[in-house]
Amino acid sequence: MAEDNSTAPSPAPRATHPTTRRALLRLIGQAAGGAVMYRAMTELGFARESTFTTPIRLEGNPRGASVLVLGAGMAGMCAAYELRKAGYKVKILEYNSRPGGRNWSLYGGDVYTELGGFTQRVEFDRGLYLNPGPWRIPHHHLALLHYCRLLNVALEPFLQVNYSAYVHSPDAFGGKPQRYRAVQADFAGHVAELLGKVTNQGGLDEAVSREDREMLLEAMRQWGALDKNYQYRKGLLTSTRRGFDVDPGGGLDSLPTPSTPLAFSDLLKSRLWAAISAGHIYEFQDMIFQPVGGMGMIGKAFGRKLDGVIQYNAKVVDIRQSESGVTATYEDTRSGGSRHQAHADWCVCAIPASILSQIPMNVGAPMRAAIDALYYDAAIKIGLQFRRRFWEQDESIYGGITYTQLPNAVIGYPCTGYQQDGPAVLLGAYTFGPNAVQFTAMSPHERVRKAVEYGAQIHPQYDREFQNGVAVAWSRVPWTLGCAAHWTPELRAQHYDNLCAIDGRIVLAGEHASRLPAWQEGALLSALDAVTRLNARVTGA
Amino acid sequence: MNNRLHNSIMTVMLFAAALLVGRAAAAQDMPDFHYQYPQKTGEQIFHGVCQACHMPNAKGAVGAGAYPALAGDKRLAAVSYPVAILVNGFAAMPPFRDNLSAQQTAAVINYIRTHFGNHYHDKATVAEVKAAMARARGAG
Repeated sequence: MAEDNSTAPSPAPRATHPTTRRALLRLIGQAAGGAVMYRAMTELGFARESTFTTPIRLEGNPRGASVLVLGAGMAGMCAAYELRKAGYKVKILEYNSRPGGRNWSLYGGDVYTELGGFTQRVEFDRGLYLNPGPWRIPHHHLALLHYCRLLNVALEPFLQVNYSAYVHSPDAFGGKPQRYRAVQADFAGHVAELLGKVTNQGGLDEAVSREDREMLLEAMRQWGALDKNYQYRKGLLTSTRRGFDVDPGGGLDSLPTPSTPLAFSDLLKSRLWAAISAGHIYEFQDMIFQPVGGMGMIGKAFGRKLDGVIQYNAKVVDIRQSESGVTATYEDTRSGGSRHQAHADWCVCAIPASILSQIPMNVGAPMRAAIDALYYDAAIKIGLQFRRRFWEQDESIYGGITYTQLPNAVIGYPCTGYQQDGPAVLLGAYTFGPNAVQFTAMSPHERVRKAVEYGAQIHPQYDREFQNGVAVAWSRVPWTLGCAAHWTPELRAQHYDNLCAIDGRIVLAGEHASRLPAWQEGALLSALDAVTRLNARVTGA
Repeated sequence: MNNRLHNSIMTVMLFAAALLVGRAAAAQDMPDFHYQYPQKTGEQIFHGVCQACHMPNAKGAVGAGAYPALAGDKRLAAVSYPVAILVNGFAAMPPFRDNLSAQQTAAVINYIRTHFGNHYHDKATVAEVKAAMARARGAG
């Protein structure tokens, strides 16, 4: 970008003509404020946050065209909503008796039966819930945030990293959980000290310039809370990172007592360092949101918006396209499986690929191969209700996540209702992948029992305060056969474009047709892209 | 720089590198796709792993989609069929070659083929499973 360095006097005495993009932006910012300037920056090609452009506008005249949408999850409802807005006639077929699909919350009084007939009656107190599926909305998932605003779904912060939460291994430090802040501080401190030592001994003379070495030492000292000798040692300085044994107080007899860092070798062997990077990952960086009252609020609101459009209790068993349109054969699961048909000019199929691979559908071999290539990962979530918020009252943990190497993997503390008396629900287990299969193979009762057994090793209060729990294993969820599509780079190279391409009159949508597996944002972006392309084909726009 | 220091640094760097996951961050924080199932006998593996989907009585289940029954399953007659399915996966069923050893795979196949109304007494061998795994890894 070229700056105008002309020193010639301006012909206009007072007005300044912006001759560079930078000057123009400064002008816009001064005149109209930061938000407008940011938009201008986007237009001028500086800032680019997400692929979402809100709101989408489907141009052209559909001339009464009809679309059959299969699945009233986030992708299906998004597609239906936008198509209707653009003038299409839309009908949705949904397997469940409610909207939302994997967007779902379980509340006290709910009854849930998984494949195999195991039924759970949720006994949570009023106002308490479990999000068995998605539980987080990253701040950069713009499509989802857009629809939350559109649907008047209130959001509150979700806490991912809590320095007061624990990092735990049954085999390390006698099984005693360590505070996140201690593991974080000690790992950084020891690494910083090591790097400082290497630098001072000349070990980096070849790799790093002298000037950079000085900067590196300064950075390590600050990052690692090193003393003036570049050492990470017990004392007030390191305690400002890892916490004190006795916190500073007020008045007389109020001196703090520093805490003792963990030995580096013990820390390395413990593998507790594996837990302290999650918060650095893009999707897990603050700010993260959750809907007030449960993730299922979004699906419910979307379903209300599409009242009359969704036909529930419809199990699709065949999808057939021809010159004249698309016909879906479905069974009415409420009336003994009587068969019916729904017909439209076009079809947006938002059924998970795990189910779709079992439904006869006359699409070309490439799309069929893509659908058949995807299995869905196992995942489990277990919600446990306790008589009181012992994690707050006894251990000063407010929201956030404890990480453990026990099979339950995490304990997720509720990010709402802080300091309230009375019962609360926490996430007692969340695993994804092969480990989750082990939980899935158990009965729900056994899963809950195991989650309590594991959690009690971290919070002894479990045994005394536990009241009830519910365990959802996604491989046994009747409408998904698993949690989310399992993609690999090789599978994407081979199949992804074929999965997403319009095949005749049919286009697929869902998190499986996105680059954000298992995220609702992926489902929404895939739906928006699918209807945009479909609309272009229909209207020639 | 001395050896011990060098080794410590390399250890830290290797650990750090191991945290880098080749795929985009999934919605769960730290999945382990190479988790090894600890069950040993065919019966233990069936009840600890397979019944998650195929159900404790091996009769499968039906929802929006279905898990097939393994009970009285005529497709099990040819032992190469379950070997291929377990090693490679099939549609909604994942491959298990990264999570079950050849011994475990053979054991659970032999258990299923002799229980739940199945009476196939020719055995899947470890060698056959290993060969199928090698083919899968070579092709993948």
